[in-house]
Amino acid sequence: MAEENAIGTDFSEIPPRVSEFKRFTRVFLDRKVVLFGLIVILAAIITVIFAPIIAPYDPYKQNLNKVLLQPCQEHLLGTDALGRDTLSRIIFGTRISLMVGIIAIGIAATTGMTLGLIAGYFGGITYAVIMRFIDALMIFPWILLALTIAALLGSGLTNVVLAIGIGMVSMFARLMCSQVLSIKENDYAMAGRVIGANNLRIMLRHVMPNAFPQLIVLMTMMMGAAILAEAALSFLGIGIGPPAAAWGAMVNDGYKYLLTHPILSFAPGLAIMLIVFAFNMVGDGLRDALDPRLRGTL
Amino acid sequence: MSVLLNVNNLKTQFRTERGVVKAVDGVSYQVDEHEIVGLVGESGCGKSVSQLSVLQLIPDPPGKIVGGEVIFDGHDLLKFEANGAEMRSVRGGKIAMIFQEPMTSLNPVLTIGRQLTEMPELHFKMDHEAARERAIELLKLVGISDAADRISSYPHQFSGGMRQRVMIAMALSCNPKIIIADEPTTAVDVTTQAQLLELMADMVEKFNTSLVIVTHNLGVVARYANRIYVMYAGRIVESSTSKDIFGDPRHPYTIGLLKSVPRLDEPRGRKLVPIDGLPPNLIGMPPTCAFMPRCPYRVDKCKREPWPELRPVEGQHYISCYVDIRERQDELVTK
Amino acid sequence: MTAYIIRRFIQALAVLIIASAVVFLVMNLLPGDPIRIYFSSSALGRATPEQIALWRHEFGLDRPLIVQYVDWVSHVFRGDLGDSIMKGEKVSTLIARRLPITIYLGLPAFLMSLIFGITAGVLSAIKRGRPLDTGVTVFANLGICAPIFWVGIVMIYLFALYLGWLPTCGYTSPFEDFWLSTRQIIMPVFCLSMFDMAATARQTRSAMLEVTRQDYIRTAWAKGLRERTVIIRHALKNSLIPVIAYQGMCISDILGVSVIIETVFNIPGMGRLSVESIFNHDYAVIQGIILIIAIIVTMANLLVDLSYGWLDPRVRYE
Repeated sequence: MAEENAIGTDFSEIPPRVSEFKRFTRVFLDRKVVLFGLIVILAAIITVIFAPIIAPYDPYKQNLNKVLLQPCQEHLLGTDALGRDTLSRIIFGTRISLMVGIIAIGIAATTGMTLGLIAGYFGGITYAVIMRFIDALMIFPWILLALTIAALLGSGLTNVVLAIGIGMVSMFARLMCSQVLSIKENDYAMAGRVIGANNLRIMLRHVMPNAFPQLIVLMTMMMGAAILAEAALSFLGIGIGPPAAAWGAMVNDGYKYLLTHPILSFAPGLAIMLIVFAFNMVGDGLRDALDPRLRGTL
Repeated sequence: MSVLLNVNNLKTQFRTERGVVKAVDGVSYQVDEHEIVGLVGESGCGKSVSQLSVLQLIPDPPGKIVGGEVIFDGHDLLKFEANGAEMRSVRGGKIAMIFQEPMTSLNPVLTIGRQLTEMPELHFKMDHEAARERAIELLKLVGISDAADRISSYPHQFSGGMRQRVMIAMALSCNPKIIIADEPTTAVDVTTQAQLLELMADMVEKFNTSLVIVTHNLGVVARYANRIYVMYAGRIVESSTSKDIFGDPRHPYTIGLLKSVPRLDEPRGRKLVPIDGLPPNLIGMPPTCAFMPRCPYRVDKCKREPWPELRPVEGQHYISCYVDIRERQDELVTK
Repeated sequence: MTAYIIRRFIQALAVLIIASAVVFLVMNLLPGDPIRIYFSSSALGRATPEQIALWRHEFGLDRPLIVQYVDWVSHVFRGDLGDSIMKGEKVSTLIARRLPITIYLGLPAFLMSLIFGITAGVLSAIKRGRPLDTGVTVFANLGICAPIFWVGIVMIYLFALYLGWLPTCGYTSPFEDFWLSTRQIIMPVFCLSMFDMAATARQTRSAMLEVTRQDYIRTAWAKGLRERTVIIRHALKNSLIPVIAYQGMCISDILGVSVIIETVFNIPGMGRLSVESIFNHDYAVIQGIILIIAIIVTMANLLVDLSYGWLDPRVRYE
């Protein structure tokens, strides 16, 4: 039996307080799919950085002697209509997918959060106008937004990123706005005002820490969406032009040879699916681990 | 007075990541016809869980009723399948329950009327019209004016006190033999509290039901309860008539509780004496008396022997303690 | 309730006006001469600057924007969306011909995603932890990750080329050959509905799990109601609230994805028209399509809002 102190309380009865970080890690890694997703993302990052080393061939090099080979020992996934090695192209395609995703989300997050902050902070007419504008933006299917921008500005990396980014602005704007609104009326914000602290400072100091977890989750989930969006655009032929090895474009190229060489379309699609799955699962895991209800428990 | 409900040695446990929580660890009590029983104890002592166990409303996982019997109407309720036909006919129809949080205990998307007519339609096989009439009657009875209009309102249009009245009306709708009220007044203000308690006592008279009030507030049961059970760490530590519990408490915990509460019949300036220490962790409880670490009257025997069984000290008065408080009267006086 | 309907209607109208303004501005303010809406680039290339200036004046492009906008809107109301440069037809005729086809695929896809998604979500929540739940969750998680165009291609390979059960692609009007038409749309409709079905299932499942933890569900059990009643009468309506709100986005989604599906399966719907117009620089058509879609989605969202009001009485009385 444990020792009793002077007033007779057995201190070993009080459950130990675990550090927030330990708890987070434990819940986050609880599900195996989340761990799997994390590993895949890390592998993807490594692939992006070390693509020239990992890829067996130059993805752009055409070899008209080795056109349309089936998977074999030299070319694990075969070659395409111009003799380029499919596996190398898929490896290099990781760069495009991830880069587009990150930049698009960066644009969407900064624009959206700023809009949301302004709308929430100023309230009134500003809020109404910005919110209606966001609503109007959300009406258009993002593909059409992207197509329109492509029509007006042409294809290419910048425009693709812009198109995808604009499609996601509303999500970030709404998140930020609701965070600001909920903090605005909170007691400690009012207390801050009483002391005389500047409103904007209060806003940022209180809003950001609260919004941060949800922001991270949203960004991770949107990453999957951004990658799918980029793939769809390059499939349609709007997007990063050839000879870049965009996965979506590869699927489109392979479509012509579906009957005889299904691997040309299947492989890049599987790559897309794997990465998106990884981001989605990690996003799910983050959301569960950051759930405020679980805070303080083991 | 005949016995309506006989709970014997009820045990309910919860499996958590940190271990098994013995929320209810051998609770026995009895409810007679036409009486109001108070079940008193601090937060976490297992009083709500014990009542939920009676109606087998414990979520499984993580909870499980692991022992005991609940004898009602000649049957052991615990032997019924948890959501089977027999258990369902007891719930609401014979034993009804009122919950603590009126704000969240009513379904926000259904009208008050719909939530009131459900039970008569189910247990009495009433048709919709008759059930509706009954619902309006009940609303009037619990003091809600414009009953006929309000019956098509939604819970969010009612105040907390009114919602609790609706819960009371719901509980009464099928003339149950017993109503269990789990902290019925904790979530409302003091004035409403008094009104609701008067209402409940009134209804008990009118409908000839018995009432079990579960609360941590001694004041609530002082006025209305016939008999009181005091719970601590999952067990009953003292039980007696209401008069005896307040007039002649015998268990150190009860004494401690009473000393920490102000009373109108005491001289002003008396210090409130809190009970030292903290409530125990219900995981990995030692076999000895759970109150012992905080008990100012403990003796050597308390450290060696297992948790004492409930023994009668006088007539209907039972305590679970090795110490005879009357021998320590001097300590009582100086404290 | 009526006040709620009117409020929502006005809001929808406001959003529609802003959307139309956005459409108009985008087409006219972004880089490039708005005269491109009316003339092909080859025609513009051959014309002299004076001729272009003349055309500009003819089409009122030198008037203030507001005037142009009002003029454009009044044309729209009369059903005139301009002319297609490439196809030589009125845009409205083009769209009128293509839109029904897109809806012919889109509507069943939406209904499928709604019905199967909600059912799957509810069942997997009720049978939580059991094989059914695991199966549904796995499929739903995969369903939101797979690129739609790729799924379409894989299905074509599997069911058309390899097994030969279904035709590879193409479209036939149901009035001409109902059986063939049906067989042709099976794969495209499935692909259209896949993502939203999976997302709806996930949403419904988590909403149900959340709802069944609530106090009012415990009250329902304490009344002696049977499981079926507790689920359907008490839990379901509450769970559907967030799910229905999400369906507005699903509708917009399906219209967008039809662009991809119609390309993969070679279906002459509005989606494929948009892609064709992009490559043909047929700006009047693009403008018309975006506007029509904005109208459709706004109306659909209005319906969603109204059913939201019916489901959640707290919203009605704001």
